[in-house]
Amino acid sequence: MRTHRTILKSLGGLVLLVLAMALLAGLPLYASAYTVILITSILMYIILAMSWAMFSGPTGYISLAPAAFFGVGIYTAAVLGLELPLPLVILLAGVGSFCLALLVGGLTLRLKGIYFVIFTIGLVELIKNLVLWYEVTFTGTRGRFVVPVDNNTVYHVMLTILVLLLLTAYLIRRSRFGLALQSIGEDEQAAAHVGVNVNPLKMIVFAVSAVFMGAAGAIMATRWSYVDPYIAFNPLFSFMAVLMAIFGGLGKFYGPMLGAVIIAYLEETLITRFPYYYMLIFGLVLVATILFLPGGLVGLAPKLRSWTARRERAHPGG
Amino acid sequence: MLQVCNVNAFYGKVQALWDVSLEIHEAELVALVGSNGAGKTTLLKTISGQLRPASGNVEFLGRRIEGLPPHVVVELGICHIPEGARVFPEMTVRENLDMGAYPLSAWKQKEKTREQVYELFPLLKERERQLARTLSGGERQMLAIGRGLMSRPRLCLFDEPSYGLAPLMVKEIFRIIQGLREQGNTVFLIEQNVRRALEIADRAYVLENGRICLAGACGELAESEFVQKAYLGL
Amino acid sequence: MHILEGNAVTKHFGGLAAVSHVDFAVDPGQVVGLIGPNGAGKTTLFNLISGALVPESGTIRFQEAAITGLKPHLICRKGLARTFQSVRIFPHLSAHANVQVAALFGRTDRRSVAEANQETVELLEFVGLSGLESLPAKDLKLPSQKRLEVARALATQPQLLLLDELMAGLNPTEVAGAMDLVYRIRDRGVTLFLIEHVMKAIMSVCDRIMVLHHGEKIAEGTPQEIATSRAVVDVYLGE
Repeated sequence: MRTHRTILKSLGGLVLLVLAMALLAGLPLYASAYTVILITSILMYIILAMSWAMFSGPTGYISLAPAAFFGVGIYTAAVLGLELPLPLVILLAGVGSFCLALLVGGLTLRLKGIYFVIFTIGLVELIKNLVLWYEVTFTGTRGRFVVPVDNNTVYHVMLTILVLLLLTAYLIRRSRFGLALQSIGEDEQAAAHVGVNVNPLKMIVFAVSAVFMGAAGAIMATRWSYVDPYIAFNPLFSFMAVLMAIFGGLGKFYGPMLGAVIIAYLEETLITRFPYYYMLIFGLVLVATILFLPGGLVGLAPKLRSWTARRERAHPGG
Repeated sequence: MLQVCNVNAFYGKVQALWDVSLEIHEAELVALVGSNGAGKTTLLKTISGQLRPASGNVEFLGRRIEGLPPHVVVELGICHIPEGARVFPEMTVRENLDMGAYPLSAWKQKEKTREQVYELFPLLKERERQLARTLSGGERQMLAIGRGLMSRPRLCLFDEPSYGLAPLMVKEIFRIIQGLREQGNTVFLIEQNVRRALEIADRAYVLENGRICLAGACGELAESEFVQKAYLGL
Repeated sequence: MHILEGNAVTKHFGGLAAVSHVDFAVDPGQVVGLIGPNGAGKTTLFNLISGALVPESGTIRFQEAAITGLKPHLICRKGLARTFQSVRIFPHLSAHANVQVAALFGRTDRRSVAEANQETVELLEFVGLSGLESLPAKDLKLPSQKRLEVARALATQPQLLLLDELMAGLNPTEVAGAMDLVYRIRDRGVTLFLIEHVMKAIMSVCDRIMVLHHGEKIAEGTPQEIATSRAVVDVYLGE
């Protein structure tokens, strides 16, 4: 039953959201070029973290494949950018990632826990080396140039992808399929026994999450203007997606987004000051989060609440 | 042999035990009965070191043991056989049993003790080389009990030993538990099969909502109206 | 017409015959018991029926249609549901969500979320768990978790329900409550096939009982016949 408070809260949340969207949409109008570029990066990371969390959050299948799908997107832009208009390139990048993810998912989502994780790590390397081999053998180059696109367009495309992702993720989460995904994460066999068609559902959601990673990769490539397999299929992107999602917390819808914003901004500041050590810092953050705050930042509020409640009980009246 | 004094224990923020006191003397068979969720397992965990009481103390053979880590408690001679047939799934039956003899004193007599366990549970000998996860529920329960006995304990804490066992096996288990007492071991038994528990035990405690509400010789308890209504379904 | 029928169902694990050429039949509206010593193959048989395992040989028919080798979710949607010996509820989901998932996916006709909610509330009340629906399932006590699993299975609107050791770990009062639940499920028109060790319950609740030992069926009959069968007493009941 919704009380007045909860209705007001959701209305308030909606208003805030619309406001934020309006502000973001108009960013290039009032912000510096540097800010637009920075926010574009942050949006990219939000996309990676949120799409990772869309599948891996409820099911518990820890995928380290985002770099593979992101890279497929990058290469789609590199290969097709000259011949096709930008919207089509982005679309094809998404479709390409979808197909790859379906294939990979079909083969590997039957693997239990740790084997799936390891396979996804290997997948990134596999695709990287396949592309490298192809480029060296048939194209005769190692890297490619990508048709550049102006920063504001890149920004708006990234924002659009994010909005579509948020809509998709939210709808899935609130639908019966979101519940089914959670039940798969809790006990896959029991879920099957209550009628959930486990394998197709896993595969499809996994593939849908890959679409946004690919699309983000395609548009990001236009900003980098030169890519090669090592840049495109960099395992760091997988790691960052996981770090951000877990640090932000998987318990709430906006958790990964929160984590992405903080960590992305941190990266921006740390990379200039500690170019060699900033990854070390992130690694420590991940370890510390898992050890002390496994629910991430969104799990902090309930923890604080119960901690103060316990103190109250031990020393009533302060 | 074992004295529990005024123990209060919490599960996270919820208080599970309220001022619980009881005692077990050498070579006694004491039963603890009570509804599901009354706190019986919590009490065993407090004794065996898996849970630290918020207040109160537990004494074993004159020594304070509350708050000691479980592996130390095992070395002192207390063996807690938890409910739910917890075995090492990827180890064979034999390896599971050997793990039970981990304390140094028990390890030296491992071979002999294992033979004794096989005598009690011939089925385990049959399945000696099978992985524990391939055993059925009841077989795993037998394995868990056998593994507990491998530590050659002075005091055995049994948490629902008859859970999921066929009637014939239930009789066997109770016979074995009685046999343990006859050999001079001390047993603290939690059971849902209240009738049987009261049949073989010397004394019993009734735990409800984390508090001891009744205690006494089994004959008396079995007659008590409260026990009859609440647990014997009469 | 048998609602469930199995012919020479066989399954090996490694070299061991877990279930060996077992025939069985359950008629609609009946309550049939499955008993046997630990390790006899009872849960394995349930796993073969529910689709969790595939038999090596033999056939299983449900409502005249073959279901051997079908995936569990398809068997569930055909109207065959089960509970598990180790109470496999979804621990971090609320009691309500546990049942709701089954109401949404367990049937061939698609239900709206509102309809599923309504059914969930009714079923939770039917098993006696109203008031606990927002608790995470892991926070429920064992008897309540078992009831939750039953409600979840019933949400798939089965014609046949397999109950695996519903009464394990329950004290006599709780056993009486569980027996009452079994009768009420039967009165709803659901056929029941139960694995149990609690003799008192099985003898009074079942119309027929089947006995497995070392993967083979060694006896079958009315409770009376089973209680007096020499073979069963020697191998299972004792005294």
